[in-house]
Amino acid sequence: MLSRVAENLYWLSRYIERAENTARLVNVNAFLLLDLPPGTAPGWEPLIAITGSQPRYQELYGSGCDERSAVRFLLGDPRNPSSILRCLEAAREACRTVRDILPREIWELLTQLSLYVRENLAAGLSKKGRHAYLREIIEGSELIAGKVISTMMRDESYHFLAIGRNIERADMTTRIIDVRSGSLLPSDTTELRPFEAIQWISVLKSMTAYQMYRRKMQVQVQRSEVLRFLFLDRQFPRSFLRTLDAIGESLAELDKQREIVAYLKGLIAKVETTPVEELRRDDLHAFVDTLQLRLIELHQQIAATYFLPPQVQAQSA
Amino acid sequence: MPIDLSQYDISRAYDELLVRPNRARRHAKNLAAHLRKMDEAELAARQAAADLAIKEMGITFTVYAHAKGGTIDRAWPFDIIPRIIPKSEWDAVEAGLKQRVTALNLFIDDLYHDQKIVKDGVFPAEVLADSKNFRPQCVGVNPPLGIWAHVCGSDLVRDSDGTIYVLEDNLRVPSGVSYMLENRQVTKRVFPELFEDYAPMPVDDYPSQLYDTLAALSPRRVRNPEVVVLTPGIYNSAYFEHAYLAQQMGCQLVEGRDLFVDSGDCVQMRTIYGPQRVDVIYRRIDDLFLDPATFNPESTLGVPGLFRAWQSGKVAVANAPGAGVADDKVVYAFVPEIIRYYLGEEPGIPNVPTYRCMDKGERQYVLEHLHELVVKPANESGGYGMLMGPMSTAKERATFARLIRRSPRNYIAQPTLSISTVPTVVGDHVEPRHVDLRPFILSGRTTQVTMGGLTRVALRKGSLVVNSSQGGGSKDTWIVDEEKG
Repeated sequence: MLSRVAENLYWLSRYIERAENTARLVNVNAFLLLDLPPGTAPGWEPLIAITGSQPRYQELYGSGCDERSAVRFLLGDPRNPSSILRCLEAAREACRTVRDILPREIWELLTQLSLYVRENLAAGLSKKGRHAYLREIIEGSELIAGKVISTMMRDESYHFLAIGRNIERADMTTRIIDVRSGSLLPSDTTELRPFEAIQWISVLKSMTAYQMYRRKMQVQVQRSEVLRFLFLDRQFPRSFLRTLDAIGESLAELDKQREIVAYLKGLIAKVETTPVEELRRDDLHAFVDTLQLRLIELHQQIAATYFLPPQVQAQSA
Repeated sequence: MPIDLSQYDISRAYDELLVRPNRARRHAKNLAAHLRKMDEAELAARQAAADLAIKEMGITFTVYAHAKGGTIDRAWPFDIIPRIIPKSEWDAVEAGLKQRVTALNLFIDDLYHDQKIVKDGVFPAEVLADSKNFRPQCVGVNPPLGIWAHVCGSDLVRDSDGTIYVLEDNLRVPSGVSYMLENRQVTKRVFPELFEDYAPMPVDDYPSQLYDTLAALSPRRVRNPEVVVLTPGIYNSAYFEHAYLAQQMGCQLVEGRDLFVDSGDCVQMRTIYGPQRVDVIYRRIDDLFLDPATFNPESTLGVPGLFRAWQSGKVAVANAPGAGVADDKVVYAFVPEIIRYYLGEEPGIPNVPTYRCMDKGERQYVLEHLHELVVKPANESGGYGMLMGPMSTAKERATFARLIRRSPRNYIAQPTLSISTVPTVVGDHVEPRHVDLRPFILSGRTTQVTMGGLTRVALRKGSLVVNSSQGGGSKDTWIVDEEKG
């Protein structure tokens, strides 16, 4: 497999996963706000924070974060490189260069999804149409993932898609935990304490984890158990450890992976040996920060091993 | 209201499907019957379904938009009414094309070796001397099987008396074959019942024929030689096709930066596990961008050392560098003589009568008749830089007269043909629109011609320009065996 192709496959699936995760976040946040007493709601700012795009947001919209601006920014602002619109366009651009590798239905589905997102943006920005719009995006992304699983050979192309998807998913899981558990709720506000469970339920729901959590943990939704579930559960597909395991499984099918696997194992051990449920606000934030830096390092090792060398890459067509 | 073919406004041109309003040619009777059964709303709905299918299948082409400083992707405009050609007629065209390409390959090989045709006074030395596409670097090179133009796309047109002419040959990087293949897929989706009355000859085997043609060129005798498609990248107007062909052939689609030439003159591609040798390159990049070490040093699309690798036989390149020498519009004017010289046969398909501006008498005629001629520059493609005499202004004609006097070798002129028409959907009814036809000819151990080819249609009323970059669309093309129904 060509290095350039491996790289494009990896980014293709990262971008689709990112679009899907953003849609999940917006959807769940909108419902959460309906459950909280007016005036106490944390609003939309945490979402901008999760996607790591506060600076860009403030540049474009100033410091205020009303629903309309935030949703527009996250869904369809062409000036925001992490908006769903731009993610899907980037995915499509990457897909264009690997069309010869993928089953053609995947290109067709991605084209359809990308057109849908663009053409129905007005509906997506309206309160009434938003839910259906976001569900279409989530399901469109799941359909593509399903096509990949059910029609692709388990060769390198499949594994680079899987690695990209799982790195993005791991990254997003840590971001969601970070923002929801830290900056969202000042830990000592008594007036919101009754709503803490709701907050954690929304975290679970944004990852379609609520039902699975209830089946697995059989306890009330509480912070410590949710953290254990989202970091450590090896059966839930979006937990941090499960995504790392999945990356390890894909790497095992490739060659030249020894050093990367060693690094990955170190990261897994780090998570396994950390008592995540005991971490208080600041420690949890520092821990998440470390994990994100490690994910960046993991990405760099993969890039250095398999992708085009940077000096060749710069010689673009 | 059903589709009314009695209102079909047949012009002076030959219509491929109707003899006169409401009277279908024999091979189009079933199609006409289908149209008559269909009402206007349904016709429009079918066309809309086709447009949607094309959008969803992502069949696009890219247009240069200098004003916007970039390129835009457009859906490929497609008309649902197929153009039908009886097989008996097609057989003669196919034979004529094979003859033509065989002669052109002999001609190119001769130009890069002994130049017998020049020495024998059949082909003028000064035309060769002025050729922009003659590559001195290629002199003496022996490509595998002695073939230079492995893939040729020749444009055919039919004049008002029904005669089919070759309008030009594309021997560098002819494009359009993927649209030919996709058009058939779209027609199957939107017009399935037509296939019950007709059994058009299938076109789907092109990618495997192309693969076999390319694989036969491999310098290594291995069972599965490494064949790659070399593209300039996603901003090229034909990128869709490059990706499509690579996928259909099961080959890698590479860009210049994916390849390098090693110290042993072998071409290697950069893979996730290190370098891997390439045997055959189906290149969709023009000669001058292929290798910055040999041709244009500014090119970032090519691969330094590629020419040397090809020259030493370590890699096969199709079409071979230098094949474009026969793709020049002045050379075109000599093709009938070229066929007679190498094959001792009369051309099976005539050339459009062509005035060579390099000839004093013919130049004079051209200058005096600019208002009725089409003037073409020798080395442009895509319909750029042409003068359409009957539609030109006095100012444009003055400009061309100046250009022709300055470099007569660079221009040819042809009478304005009344090229044929095919019924085409316009809103909720059909009107005649002008078409041409580009069949593709593969040359390797054998010579093969596509069943039909790409029919391009000028969608604007009265327009003769079929190029997709200038408002053209396309149609599915059916070769139909009348004996079999």
